[in-house]
Amino acid sequence: MSQTLGALARFANPAELIEAAKKIRDAGYKSFDCHSPFPIHGMDDAMGLKRSPLGYIVGGMTLAGATIGMGLQYWVAAVEYPLVISGKPFFSWQAFVIVTFALFVLFGAFGAVFGMFHLNRLPRLHHPVFYSDKFAKVTDDAFYVSIESDDEQFDDQKIQEFLSSIGGTDVELVAGE
Amino acid sequence: MSILNKHPQRDSAATEAIGGEELLVTGGHTFSTLTDKVSGIVETPAPPKWYLLFAMAVSGMMVLLGAIGWLAWEGTGIWGLNNPVGWGWAIVNFVFWVGIGHAGTLISAILFLLRQQWRTAINRFAEAMTIFAVITALVFPGIHVGRIWLAYYMFPIPNQMLIWPNFRSPLLWDIFAVGTYFTVSTLFWYVGLIPDLATLRDRATKVRKKVLGFFALGWRGGNRQWQHYEKAYLMLAGLATPLVLSVHSVVATDFATSMVPGWHTTIFPPYFVAGAVFSGFGMVMTLAIIARKIYGLEDIITVNHLEKMNKIILVTGSMVGYAYMTEFFIAWYSGNEFEVFAFINRALGPYAWAYWIMFTCNVITPQIFWFKKLRRSIPVMFVASIFVNIGMWFERFVITVTSLSRDFLPSSWDYYSPSIWDILTFVGSFGLFFTFFLLFLRFLPMVALSEVKGVLPEADPHNYPHDGGAK
Repeated sequence: MSQTLGALARFANPAELIEAAKKIRDAGYKSFDCHSPFPIHGMDDAMGLKRSPLGYIVGGMTLAGATIGMGLQYWVAAVEYPLVISGKPFFSWQAFVIVTFALFVLFGAFGAVFGMFHLNRLPRLHHPVFYSDKFAKVTDDAFYVSIESDDEQFDDQKIQEFLSSIGGTDVELVAGE
Repeated sequence: MSILNKHPQRDSAATEAIGGEELLVTGGHTFSTLTDKVSGIVETPAPPKWYLLFAMAVSGMMVLLGAIGWLAWEGTGIWGLNNPVGWGWAIVNFVFWVGIGHAGTLISAILFLLRQQWRTAINRFAEAMTIFAVITALVFPGIHVGRIWLAYYMFPIPNQMLIWPNFRSPLLWDIFAVGTYFTVSTLFWYVGLIPDLATLRDRATKVRKKVLGFFALGWRGGNRQWQHYEKAYLMLAGLATPLVLSVHSVVATDFATSMVPGWHTTIFPPYFVAGAVFSGFGMVMTLAIIARKIYGLEDIITVNHLEKMNKIILVTGSMVGYAYMTEFFIAWYSGNEFEVFAFINRALGPYAWAYWIMFTCNVITPQIFWFKKLRRSIPVMFVASIFVNIGMWFERFVITVTSLSRDFLPSSWDYYSPSIWDILTFVGSFGLFFTFFLLFLRFLPMVALSEVKGVLPEADPHNYPHDGGAK
């Protein structure tokens, strides 16, 4: 059974998209997004988004990586396979800094990429916006607003009037299963 | 209403400034024409030249595989190694390729943090070059002892002998540093590709759309996604910046922590990093000049971009030249007779020919870029970039071979010459590199579209009238 999943409206350029975002935010909508071919400076504030928590994920991962790196080397060099090399102590930590740093960066990079995927809920190969054919232009040169039907204020009629009133063109409802 | 009407400047000369900034993309491109230009390259059949180059590259790769096969069968005796010179072209080639691999991450990470927006035209391309250069480099540690089936000894994994690698050895640091560098560069590259894969997906149909859709992960360009995406990009740049500086420093410690005169110097890490950036930009320049010509990307990779890269080549080349002279000064100043001998031997000994090829290519060649006219001349910079590549290979040869061939006792000295298998392995490594690179040019967008669009004046909301551009 087909049902309305959201509404789309096109805007002419990045400046109009920002203005639209502010108006939608001020009208109290929560479940909306502004789509563009590239990130637009100032859009986070216009949409009223909170800071991305990705930094905490990366921070945690870097510390985990460094701990695992130093721990691995300690365990290998001092516990599992202790050998005297160049008369150095078993736990000659100065020599272990480089591998520790490498794993710090490696884990941090995994945290940045996979943390970003998690926060963006990617991969998600299907999404209601893909029901619209015109929306495909958004990865080329189009600027779109989408409001999803799970928003409390969502109403099939009013939403279209609202999107037109703030300057949107090609307003359409997206329906699917 | 066309954006061009709001920006009459766009119609005038290509380098005309808007608000004091020079235009990065010339030719009056809009978002849409950029998409068409870059996507069109991978959506239309490849030019005949591509097939010719690809056939050559695959032939080269076959030569490499054959040379490795013979090495595995026969052992390192097929190479020109002898008793004092136990490290020959395998390490030279490794350091050469890893060095080339430094430009990509420098462009994508360091120039990103420094907000050098011109990087957007070349970063995708340079990152791909980095990844393939590092893959090519990693072949050499894998094969250099001739027993490629024992390559797993390099990794700290439980094994039947109950032994573990020595974490105090720079050779093991190298495995971690280069392995991490490869992984982080690949992640960085892929994250950058996601929005562009989505662009290609939205232009494709049928199977192609499904394949591209799979790799684009369902990207829909919403700002809720861009927000985390940009943060991830910033974080990756922040992590990759110290990494790129550390990798070649660690490679340098392979030499610097040893006792061999000519290697045992503290200048090696920074000097290697400068050399790596120098050689990497040389290679990016060579490839960019060819690719922009074949694919008609002169509006995106403009002469201004190439000029900026030439300035980096000038700076890093001069740093390398300074390091060469510092080495001599320190050798004299140390008062250590072996150290003094090692450097006099480099410049005047049996390998003087290699030293002076290196010196000419690396120190003298880049000095031509003091002149603006030469800095902006495509034939000049193409030839110079080839010289840089040659010079930097010779730098690694000079460091490795001259130091080993005459170390402490004259009775153990010997002259090193490569065998035909050394040469075939090296030539073949170019085949491997170009096979990957040509496949990249054929199937993936070689310019970071979303980033280039982001630096067009039209992308900045402030470049519109303050009423929000209402009609």
